[in-house]
Amino acid sequence: MKALAARRHDRRAPIVLLLLALLLTGGLYAVLAPTSADAAPAAASADDVKTGEKLFQANCATCHGPSAAGTESAPSLIGVGAAAVDFQVGTGRMPMQMNGPQAPAKPVQFDQEQINQLAAYVASLGAGPAIPTADQVDPAKGDSANGMALFRTNCAMCHNAVGAGGALSRGKFAPSLWDTTPTHLYEAMLTGPQSMPVFSDTNLDPTEKRDIIAFIDQQGNASPGGLDLGALGPVSEGLWAWVIGMGLLIGAAVWIGAKSS
Amino acid sequence: MSTHDNSHELEARDGHAVLDRFEDPGHPEHHPRLGDLDPKANKKAERQVLFLFGISVLGTIGFVVAYFALPPGEDAESMRASNFALGAALAFALLGIGTGAIHWAKALMNDHEKSEERHLQASDAETREAAVQALKDGADDSGISRRGALKGAVVTAVALFPLTIALPLVGNIGEDWNVGKLKHTLWKKGTKLARDPSGRPIKASDVTIGSVFHVIPETLEDAEHPLDEKAKAVVLLVRLDPRDIKSEQGEGWSYDGIVAFSKICTHVGCPVALYEQQTHHLLCPCHQSTFDVSDGARVVFGPAKRPLPQLPITVDDEGYLIAQSDFHEPVGPSFWEREK
Repeated sequence: MKALAARRHDRRAPIVLLLLALLLTGGLYAVLAPTSADAAPAAASADDVKTGEKLFQANCATCHGPSAAGTESAPSLIGVGAAAVDFQVGTGRMPMQMNGPQAPAKPVQFDQEQINQLAAYVASLGAGPAIPTADQVDPAKGDSANGMALFRTNCAMCHNAVGAGGALSRGKFAPSLWDTTPTHLYEAMLTGPQSMPVFSDTNLDPTEKRDIIAFIDQQGNASPGGLDLGALGPVSEGLWAWVIGMGLLIGAAVWIGAKSS
Repeated sequence: MSTHDNSHELEARDGHAVLDRFEDPGHPEHHPRLGDLDPKANKKAERQVLFLFGISVLGTIGFVVAYFALPPGEDAESMRASNFALGAALAFALLGIGTGAIHWAKALMNDHEKSEERHLQASDAETREAAVQALKDGADDSGISRRGALKGAVVTAVALFPLTIALPLVGNIGEDWNVGKLKHTLWKKGTKLARDPSGRPIKASDVTIGSVFHVIPETLEDAEHPLDEKAKAVVLLVRLDPRDIKSEQGEGWSYDGIVAFSKICTHVGCPVALYEQQTHHLLCPCHQSTFDVSDGARVVFGPAKRPLPQLPITVDDEGYLIAQSDFHEPVGPSFWEREK
């Protein structure tokens, strides 16, 4: 009876595995699927600027200076615009936790209202790029085929052909774009944070930026071939083939050659 | 088929003992398997084989079910589900047969060791002499040692024939042996700098500080082989704060902080395009050669030996960026005739 139970258990294994894999895929899709674009922030009032200044003095002035004109350790924020603040603070890159080759994305320190107030304050210091509207960053309105051509020319060399990210020099890196919201993608292109160059509207116009967002939106959710192994190319695939693939083959050869006990 | 009495046979054949050979230790002692002694274990092994073939049957049924139940649709998600289900089912179907057959052979079939005698590899002396004689007879009959002209003819014919194989192989390596083409690109005096891939020309005022433009010549689409030309002519355009520019490759080759460099790495020709805005370093993704854009694309790291050639640029009357001339040296990696 025990053996029978074991058999029954084993026979279900492939189906259970399949179900689990499907559940996992579905779950991943639910987590990774893009959330609807953020609502466009309401026009900044004088109140927002004032509150924003207070937040700035408390959280940012140590490095960027009391008048946001920059210090030896941090750049001036005059003229960087609301888009830069929304990106840097909205992805948790600012306030910076420690000095290093790069300020990485981390848990966001402020709520969206506070970020908008900070952005309103910095925008009041000098003209700069504004936070894009929901319409400007809607992936559904972009042409992903054109986006792919633009991405391949302008972005893929650092961010990888499908936006999985990649290494730069001396500890810097281009992050994966799969979890970045469309608004933050747009702002990053517009403002060129950290090592990234600027792609102003005269370089990639707003329609082209939306095309690129549409292309990125289609990446990272699912790979038609199954496991994408991080989409990093020959390194992870080679590791898999040499260690796991060859390991299994060697294991099979040893099993075939071993005497039955 | 015999058991282990090989050494004895060898001795008998040669008529005397072969002293410099190892004694054949024979087979190790045979240990019966659990299934040979215990009918229950034998039954268990049989069930295991049955189970493995069962997995294969289930895998095949699963494959058929998945083929109809999970057709690949238009989106990646459904293709993934379909590929995964088909692949997993196929793996079970084939692995079941393979592992079942091997387990059957190992656990249930006779496991007594057997040895087979090898024949001596050499033929006997008589056959060998006959073969040599046949060759000699043939050579004598052909008279190759007497007929010098014929000997020369056959050697020449055989030696020349490989040309028919080698010539197309070598000839097809490149359709074109004109290396002079490597020394020139589509850039000419007055060619407008245009965006890749849209082909829209670029105004100097479009290029904000910190921007990177990936540039092709505006005349690219009119070229006879646009992709061949693009492979040589691609350019990376960067605007720096003019105060940051330490040096350039030629006097007046930049315009108001806008510098243009060939995008083809001087190491082995990868597109160098990973530009770090803060350090002004341009990194090649293939072998990490790093060029300092603010210092005439000087090599600061990696295997490249020469800086990226700079494209001299200026603006026309309408404010569009144009080339002053072609590159002043061949772009890309070194080749033999480069300096000539």
